[in-house]
Amino acid sequence: MNKVVAEHQGYLMQATNATIQFGGLRAVDSVNMNIEAGTIVALIGPNGAGKTTFFNLLTGIYTPTEGEILFEGRSVSGKKTHVIADWGISRTFQNIRLFKEMTVLENVMVGRHVRTHSGFFGATFRTPSFRREERQIQEDAERWLDFVGLTDHANDLAANLPYGAQRRLEIARALATEPKLVCLDEPAAGMNESESADLDDLILRIRDELNITVFLIEHDMKVVMNLAEYIYVLDFGKLIAEGLPAEIQSNPAVIEAYLGQDMEAAIKAKRQALLESRGEKVATPPATPAPEAAPEEAVMDSDGVVMVMDADIKEKNDAA
Amino acid sequence: MTNTKNTSKNTTAAYEDQAVKGKPSAAEAVFGNIAKPMFSGKKATTPLKIALTALLLVVLFVLPIYLQGMGEALLLASLVGIGLYVILALGLNIVIGYAGMLDFGRMAFYAVGTYAAIILAIPLANLLGPSLEGLVFPVVMVGAGLVAAFVGWLLSLPVMRLRGDYLAIVTLGFGEIVRITLQNNPFDLTNGLLGLPKSGDFMPSPPFFEYLRDTVQWAIGNEFFFTVTRNVYWYYMVLIMLIIAIIVVRNQDNSRLGRSWAAMREDEVAASAMGVNITKAKTWAFVLGAFWGGIAGACFGFFLGGISPEPFSFLNSVIVLAIVVIGGMGSIPGVLVGGVLIMGFPELIRWFAMNHLGQAGGDIQSMVANFRNLFLGLLMVIMMAVRTEGLIPMKPKFYKLFGKAKSGKGDNSDASAATTGAAPKGGAGS
Repeated sequence: MNKVVAEHQGYLMQATNATIQFGGLRAVDSVNMNIEAGTIVALIGPNGAGKTTFFNLLTGIYTPTEGEILFEGRSVSGKKTHVIADWGISRTFQNIRLFKEMTVLENVMVGRHVRTHSGFFGATFRTPSFRREERQIQEDAERWLDFVGLTDHANDLAANLPYGAQRRLEIARALATEPKLVCLDEPAAGMNESESADLDDLILRIRDELNITVFLIEHDMKVVMNLAEYIYVLDFGKLIAEGLPAEIQSNPAVIEAYLGQDMEAAIKAKRQALLESRGEKVATPPATPAPEAAPEEAVMDSDGVVMVMDADIKEKNDAA
Repeated sequence: MTNTKNTSKNTTAAYEDQAVKGKPSAAEAVFGNIAKPMFSGKKATTPLKIALTALLLVVLFVLPIYLQGMGEALLLASLVGIGLYVILALGLNIVIGYAGMLDFGRMAFYAVGTYAAIILAIPLANLLGPSLEGLVFPVVMVGAGLVAAFVGWLLSLPVMRLRGDYLAIVTLGFGEIVRITLQNNPFDLTNGLLGLPKSGDFMPSPPFFEYLRDTVQWAIGNEFFFTVTRNVYWYYMVLIMLIIAIIVVRNQDNSRLGRSWAAMREDEVAASAMGVNITKAKTWAFVLGAFWGGIAGACFGFFLGGISPEPFSFLNSVIVLAIVVIGGMGSIPGVLVGGVLIMGFPELIRWFAMNHLGQAGGDIQSMVANFRNLFLGLLMVIMMAVRTEGLIPMKPKFYKLFGKAKSGKGDNSDASAATTGAAPKGGAGS
């Protein structure tokens, strides 16, 4: 045991050479990743890069075919999902997986499952300890609903919640398991500006008030750049970059991963589409920078779109 | 999709804050609370609902006196059959309605319960002797329930990874395997097609039956004469078992266990990510569902006074399934209404044909009686076309909120002492 603890070097989560192979496809390919307790870490990458698959490895839905993922020094390989939940990894899902025909409160009460114990006997005979625990479950669940601001919807069916509220309910349900590490799979997907600003706030509160480490998959670069203290970038299952947000923002490999080789053409097409969608005339495309200069000046904007920045904006950004 | 209308907040729920008030007496702790619907004020218990339930209970308890008094013994026997199938359907409701697993082999557990009860009863009766004969039935009924639950556990092992259609096929096969095994007289236990009890053995009579039969005799004029016949006795026995089953199944649904079933039914992956042990939840669903099959089976065996493998056909498994599906999956009132409708409707038609079409000639009488299953089929087709979610669909469980539990007042509970770790502190962030 001591040896194991020593090996994980104080990291909350440590992936070493983690790989999963589906037939000929290495969906996650030799990924090394360390997450320090108390941080907000983002995992980004183009669609199909293997981000969610990595979450599935981490939460025991898949078992790594090679390599190892340690959580607090214990290997998650081959462990059942509910055991890993008990260890303290909880998650939300990319395509919201609420218990739709249950009420909002019940959804969160299910999240309390892993920290409570009553079983068949208590349920059948309504023993005092069962009723005490049941009451406690409800109180805790209400507190979590309060935390994400869904108290008013407690008795609504989860399926009837508006989209943004469903995302927050998933977070409340995940938090109710009292995790040490909460994995949020695209929490801002489909949210509007103000909703995703609220989400930023919520995620910060999870870390600052609850001291829970946050591991985030997100496409909304504004959210990622606002929140993440460290970023890992996956592409085709491989880790292509890692670093601080500023480093990732200007990392050529990342930009290439998002846009592909022919950057100049892609930028042009993107701009054209943008202008067309605004109904503006696409008379002459703006002067394109020299191709070889592009990587240095290309930066991802809030939509995950690589833009070539005008010099003054870049200055302003750097100052900030 | 279904039942989305009733989602308004249930402010009228009569909330009983009895969970932490003082210490309940031992008797209250065990029995007083069993029958209470839900300690945290779940579901509206309006006076109207209580009154209707009470009225229904009174009718159910008085009905056999009237029927027996008027000489409608056949109808009374039909009611016993309905009650047994409703108990079976309540068990199936756990598996299919709560846990969301399709089971086409309900008769397997019914058969196991029936045979277990009779096989156990005869040596036990010999052991206890005539003076304690009345003890035999309660003991073997619980025994039959446990044997059926054990068989349910055995079945749960291979089907743990199966879902939907595949699970349905395996359970269907299992139901047939059990029936055919009973026919084949394994270890000379079941006596094959001839059935039990074997010639020379006698079924012990259930508790107080002879006493009640000999003492209770009411007559009003020439028309009405009531005694406790076999039918009357078993009507009441099944009714009592049914009420116990309803309370127990309802308690299990409204609990941590029930929530784990519901979560599993809604989304297995999400449920396990929230810490629900899927293996455990499925096993409990199978075991507890099968238990009621065993209980109903024991009553069935003693009611008939013997058994052969015929009643445990696949068709009857489908009928139990139909009770749950047409009544409303996951809804106890639905199962009750579904059972009365599906079991009762054909019996009612037969009873009507036999008793009231007599003067119209034998042809019509037997024709109507024989076509009763056609009516049933028609009813099912109409139901599934018009109301797919069942007659009384499952309702969402409403909770009376404790309100914004901000302060640490409620933290005197030791049941979840380990839970306070990361819970948000009162008022944090607002």
